[in-house]
Amino acid sequence: MRIGLFIPCFIDAYAPEVGIATLELLERFGHEVVYPRDQTCCGQPMSNSGYNAESAATEALFARNFSGFDYIVAPSGSCVDHVRTKFDAIEQTPEVLEVRSRTRELVEFLHDIQKVDAFPWATFPHRVSWHSSCQTLRTLRHEKMSELSEPFFSKPLDLLTKVSGIELVESSRPDECCGFGGTFSVFEEFVSAKMGYDKVSDHAHAGAEYIVSADSSCLLHQKSCAQRIGVPVKFIHIAQILNGANS
Amino acid sequence: MNTVTKPPRTDERQLHPEHPTEDPHTILHNGRRLDHAEGSSRPLKSRPEPQPRGAKVHGNRPVDQAEAAARFIASPEHEKMHDARLWDLRQKRDREMHAIPEWEDLRSLASAIKEHTLTHLDHYLEQFEASAQANGVHVHWAADAAEHNRTVHGILKDHGARTLIKSKSMLTEECGFRPYMASVGIEVIETDLGERIQELDNEDPSHVVVPAVHKLRTDVAKVFSETIGTDPDNSDVHYLAEAQRTATRPLILAADAGMTGCNFAVAETGTVAVCTNEGNADLSANVPKLHIASIGIEKLIPRLEHLAVFVRLLSRSALGSPLTQYTSHFRGPRKGAEMHIVLVDNGRSQRLAMHQFWTSLKCIRCGACMNTCPVYRRSGGLSYGATYSGPIGLIIDPTYNARKFSALPFSSTLNGSCTNVCPVKINIHEQIYAWRRELVRQHEVPFIKTALMKAAGELLSHPAAYRAAIGAANAVLAHLPRFVIYNGLNAWGKHREVPTPPKQTFHSWYRSNRGGAS
Repeated sequence: MRIGLFIPCFIDAYAPEVGIATLELLERFGHEVVYPRDQTCCGQPMSNSGYNAESAATEALFARNFSGFDYIVAPSGSCVDHVRTKFDAIEQTPEVLEVRSRTRELVEFLHDIQKVDAFPWATFPHRVSWHSSCQTLRTLRHEKMSELSEPFFSKPLDLLTKVSGIELVESSRPDECCGFGGTFSVFEEFVSAKMGYDKVSDHAHAGAEYIVSADSSCLLHQKSCAQRIGVPVKFIHIAQILNGANS
Repeated sequence: MNTVTKPPRTDERQLHPEHPTEDPHTILHNGRRLDHAEGSSRPLKSRPEPQPRGAKVHGNRPVDQAEAAARFIASPEHEKMHDARLWDLRQKRDREMHAIPEWEDLRSLASAIKEHTLTHLDHYLEQFEASAQANGVHVHWAADAAEHNRTVHGILKDHGARTLIKSKSMLTEECGFRPYMASVGIEVIETDLGERIQELDNEDPSHVVVPAVHKLRTDVAKVFSETIGTDPDNSDVHYLAEAQRTATRPLILAADAGMTGCNFAVAETGTVAVCTNEGNADLSANVPKLHIASIGIEKLIPRLEHLAVFVRLLSRSALGSPLTQYTSHFRGPRKGAEMHIVLVDNGRSQRLAMHQFWTSLKCIRCGACMNTCPVYRRSGGLSYGATYSGPIGLIIDPTYNARKFSALPFSSTLNGSCTNVCPVKINIHEQIYAWRRELVRQHEVPFIKTALMKAAGELLSHPAAYRAAIGAANAVLAHLPRFVIYNGLNAWGKHREVPTPPKQTFHSWYRSNRGGAS
């Protein structure tokens, strides 16, 4: 398949290793992975703050960059959620709708499209606690949601349990938001930071060495909170583990 | 066979010298100490943490929820108790949900019944009025809060009533009812314990179901010591509750009139159904000879059989209990008494016409969205500076005053948990998102934010400028001394570490490792 690699702005700037792992992982499955050089962002920061018109040009740029691929894959649930379920600042032409419907978050792609049954190269001999971002959990539907009466399922845990040596622990409030929330983290910084402190403490109490997520923004926020209050827990993106990182 | 020797019993006083062996505040009943989790605890010895107060409200100016939330978090005992208490309710709710296999069907059914009723509201209101009148009830209509207050005052005046006992009602909070009654010289006595605490403290309820949940026992002890003369150092829950009962019962028995709200108004029978855990609606309605029920027009349901659906959902969602202790049906006046109903609009028909927001009228005021909201739990309900707080408040409050409550829809991470727990399936987090757009459209957002977002939109749509900016920002950040990064102007860095930028961006890694034209 010909895949357009979408590397969101904060991954580009702050977590390039996540982008590299995603690229390499997709290539392991024999895909032609193309990174359009002119990409910037999906428009989410403006739209989430209510400024939909201000995200129109960014959305248009995204649609231009990513049209014509079999799939567009990104290691970020919240950005994919924006493209798939919001992204209405621009005219919804057939081309735009095509781009939107072909956009997948990495875990979804590996689980639903690639249907991976093994990661023979991956070993991660550590205790990890999974963090679902709110968009992967409640919009992209990666996992069972604790608020609903529905059977258990978890796409990310399906993938992680295929990694040898990994030990999963569960925090006491697994689907509580970590408090990042985009611009919320800045405009409501007290609550945001408190939620982050509580989140990382909860993971640590569960015995986690690593907090793992499909969203770098949540990881970045939680890492900053953990460093501030001195919680000795490490952070890694699921793409890195599945690509064979072992620490 | 092994013999087990019991270890010598350690003296409790040696193990825990900090525990007094005899509790001077013990309340005995038939020779046994009344005991439950809170009742068995002892008053704090050290000076209790003062209660953080709610948002500072200045007329029509936008309420700064974040500022009040910061003060709440700066009171760690309050914040911790509040978060734990409400999370406990959420967990109990989950347990009740799992005990009912048809839970999701019930939610869909409740949502559909409300949808049907709200889209035929004129019909059901007239049917309700006719049914109530046939039951011998006087029915009044009030277009807004002021008319509601005037109408109730008129009824009280006609009966020469000077004192009014009432059960908890969010509608009367919305109408500013207590201050109005005070201004016309009528004494109001709340009969719900939590609401009475709030009344005595001259503070709004912070939650639609548990109005004083933001208060510690020590806060209540302080309020009661100043108002009904309890011992300020005694925060034993039984002591406080008993003192309150002793102080309020005589007022209830002597009251001239009684008032209730309404959880569900049944159109076919004219029934006013009120759900309480303290039985206080029954006191309010049945002790005096005059009962006034204030009802928001969205409270209607068509038939009595529909009540069963909502009664099964309400308390499970609210408190995680299968039912409220009392589900009282008031259909007509008692012999020798009078019953009045005031049907209140107060912005509801206007909201019904808002195509993005009208389904918020389905709300049955269970508070489940508040209990699950991670922002609400850490902010306290009074931080919203509005009658309705938490997720449902974020989408209802701006319909009353878009300027005053313009900041509220931003007090959310859009995590969506509220939507999932809502028993009538209101898409709360999607409406929060829609409100943000609406407020930007109406220019009810700070100028600085607009400027910032316009600049971001510009930058992110121009790849070359964007590349230059990222490079520059990271280069600068990597070389700044700590005091420049961590100052009052950097909201990220006040409570979090600022991430160290990596040596190169993904973009530059790709260029150097995968080559190709850029």
